[in-house]
Amino acid sequence: MPQLLKDNRVIEDSWTYLAEDAQSLPDGDLLLSYAQWQIFSDQIEAHRGNVGVVIEGNAEIEDIIEPLLKLPLIAINFPKFADGRGFSVASLLRDRYNYCGEIRAVGGFIRDQLYLLSRCGFNAFKFIEDIDLSEASKSLEDFSETYQVSADQENPLFRRR
Amino acid sequence: MYKYDNYDHKIVNERVEQFRDQTQRYLAGEIADEEFLPLRLQNGLYLQRLAPMLRIAVPYGMLSSAQVRKLAHISRVYDKGYVHFTTRQNIQLNWPALEEVPDILSELAEVEMHAIQTSGNCIRNTTTDQFAGVARDEIEDPRPWCELIRQWSTLHPEFAFLPRKFKIAVCGSEEDRAAFLLHDIGLQLVKNDAGELGFEVFVGGGLGRTPIIGSSIRKFLPKQHLLSYLDAILRVYNRFGNRDNKYKARIKILVKAWTPEVFAERVEAEWEHIKDGPSTLTDTEFARVKSFFPLPQYQTIDGADSAKQLATTASDNIAFSRWLDRNTQLQKQAGYRSVTLSLKPAGVAPGDVTDKQLETIADLADRYSFGELRATHNQNVVLTDVVESDLFELWQQAKQSGLATPTIGTINDMICCPGGDYCSLANAKSIPVAEAIQRKFSDLDYVYDLGDLELNISGCMNACGHHHIGHIGILGVDKKGKEWYQIQLGGSANKNAALGKVLGPSLSRDEITDGIEKLLDVYVENRIADESFLNTYQRIGIEKFKERVYASTT
Repeated sequence: MPQLLKDNRVIEDSWTYLAEDAQSLPDGDLLLSYAQWQIFSDQIEAHRGNVGVVIEGNAEIEDIIEPLLKLPLIAINFPKFADGRGFSVASLLRDRYNYCGEIRAVGGFIRDQLYLLSRCGFNAFKFIEDIDLSEASKSLEDFSETYQVSADQENPLFRRR
Repeated sequence: MYKYDNYDHKIVNERVEQFRDQTQRYLAGEIADEEFLPLRLQNGLYLQRLAPMLRIAVPYGMLSSAQVRKLAHISRVYDKGYVHFTTRQNIQLNWPALEEVPDILSELAEVEMHAIQTSGNCIRNTTTDQFAGVARDEIEDPRPWCELIRQWSTLHPEFAFLPRKFKIAVCGSEEDRAAFLLHDIGLQLVKNDAGELGFEVFVGGGLGRTPIIGSSIRKFLPKQHLLSYLDAILRVYNRFGNRDNKYKARIKILVKAWTPEVFAERVEAEWEHIKDGPSTLTDTEFARVKSFFPLPQYQTIDGADSAKQLATTASDNIAFSRWLDRNTQLQKQAGYRSVTLSLKPAGVAPGDVTDKQLETIADLADRYSFGELRATHNQNVVLTDVVESDLFELWQQAKQSGLATPTIGTINDMICCPGGDYCSLANAKSIPVAEAIQRKFSDLDYVYDLGDLELNISGCMNACGHHHIGHIGILGVDKKGKEWYQIQLGGSANKNAALGKVLGPSLSRDEITDGIEKLLDVYVENRIADESFLNTYQRIGIEKFKERVYASTT
C-alpha cells in the first residue's frame, strides 16, 4: 500500500482517488474532486467508507466550504510547489472555520516546504514521487521557534517573550 | 539599534542550518535545480553571469560597526575584498562560492545578520529613511515599526511563496526619503486628530516593467493593528494575485485590475475576521522594541556658537566647505549633523566599497557616530549624530579613504544597478555609463551649479537602478545584440512622486554622455533663478529637451 506522512509519522495511505469516469462510489476511503463531490453528494451518506474532497488553491472557499467541514479529510492541491495559495487556504480552514479533520497536501509541493506547510495547518503530506518519507520528515523540524501566529501557534512571539 | 535575544538568535541559527542542509543535498544531487532555485533565492543567493551573488539583509539600512567589520572580514576571506551596497539598503557579495555560503551565513549570524528573504517571491527587506531618528521633519521614528515588520515577515509561514516579490517601506517624516509610494506596501506614519499614532496605508506602487504610484487604501490604521492589517493585505494578494504571468504578478497589477477601492474592500473584509486577534500589538511590545532605538547621549551644544565655528573653519578651506555643503545635513539636535560618506567616486562602480574602506567606515562610526551607521537607497553610507566640531577631522579621514567625494545629491551621485557586467538579467551594461558620466562632468563648479539632480541608471526594465524615478533616468535596452540606452525625464520619488517620460529613440553608448550634456544645456539656458532641473522640466515640458538631443543625431 502507498505511504504518506501524517502527524509526523510514516503510515499506510488507505485513501484512493475516485476515477474520473466513475459512475458510482466504490467501497473504501475515497478522495473526490470538488466537482465529483457535487455530483455524488446524495450518495455520500450511504457510502461504505470515508469520503474526502480535494480543493484547489484558487477555490473561493468562503462560498463552498460549509458542507465540507464535516468531512474527515480535506486535501489541498498544489499545481506546482511555487504556487503558495494552498498555504492561505489551509490557514483559513484551521483559523476561520476551525476545521479539525485531516488537511492533506497533495500535488507538487516539496520536502523543503514541510515546516511552513505544517505551521499553516497541514498535518498530512502525500508526495507525488516515491521518496524516503522518514528522511523527508526531518524537514518538519527545521525550526523550533517562530515569530507569528499560525495554525499551530496561537500567540505571536511578542506575547511569549 | 535592535539587539537579538535568544529567540532571534535561535531562529537565525536554525535558518543557517536549514540552508546548510539544503545546499549539501543540492550538491549531492538530491534537490533538482528548479527546486533549489527558490530555496536559495529565499536566502539571497543568485547564480549570476560569472559567479554566485549573495545578497545580505541590512534591515532598514541599520548597521553597527561590529557588523561592518565582519562584512570586511567576509569579503576578504570568502570574496574578492569588496562588497556592493544596493538600492534596497542591502549588501551584496559578488564572488562567493556556493559551497561556502553556509559558512558565510554562519559568520553573519554571529553579528546578528542574515540573508533571509533578500530575494525570491516573498516579503523582502523593509526599507526606510536613512535619517530616521534624527531628521528634522520627523513625525515618529520609523525604525521600531520596521523591526516589528521584520520579525512579522521573517519566515512567515503563509507568505513564503507569493505570486511575486513583495516590498514594504515605512516613512516617518514629512519629506519622503524612502520612496514609499513606489512599494508594494507604503506605510506613512501619521497622527490623527486625537494625537494617536497610526499609518496611512498605500498599496500597489512599484517600478519594474509597469511602474505605478501606490494608492491609499486606508487613511488611518491605529498602530496596534499594523500586523493584522498586513496579514490581511498579504492574504488577499497571495490568494488572488496573478500566477500565470510573472510580469503581471505584482500586487500593483491586482490593485489596478480590481481598482484600489475594491481591493481595499477585500482587505477590510479579510481584516474584520482577524483584527482584534493575538497579532494585535501590545504596549509592552511597543516599549520593548522602541527601547532599542534610544536617543544617544547628546552633549548640550550651543547651536549658534557651533555653527559659527564651523563656518570659520569652512571659510579657510574650499574643499571642506564643499563637502560640508553637499555631504552633511542638519539634525533636529543642535550642534550635530548627519554625514553622508560617498560611495560614488569616479572610476568605481556606484555602491562598491573595499574591505579596507569598510574598516575605515567602522572606525569612523565608532569614533564619531556612536558605533552605528546606515546604508541608503542611494547606495551611500550615513553617519548620524556627529558633533559639528568633529566634522573637519572626520572629513580628513574620510577623504584619505576615498569616502568624501563631495557630490551627494548631484548628477554624479547616481543610483546604478550592477548591470550587464554582473547581472544575468541585464540587457546592457550600466556601470561604464555611470563612469563615463562622472568623467564627463568632473568639474565640480559645474556640477554644483546644476544643483540637486537625481540621475538613475538601470541595465534592464526590471529597474533595480530606479530609472523611472530619476529626474534623468537611463534604461539599458538590447537591440539586435547591441546595447542602447533610453532616456527618461521628470521622474521623482518624493511625496509628489512622478514617473519619468521617455524622451525619444534610445542612444548608443557613444552618444549617451553627449545626450546628457545637451539636456543639461537646455536646463541651464531655461532655468529661472535657483530653479532645479526637475522644476524647470516640469515648467517647460519635454519638447525643448527632445529637440536639442535629437537635432544633430538625425
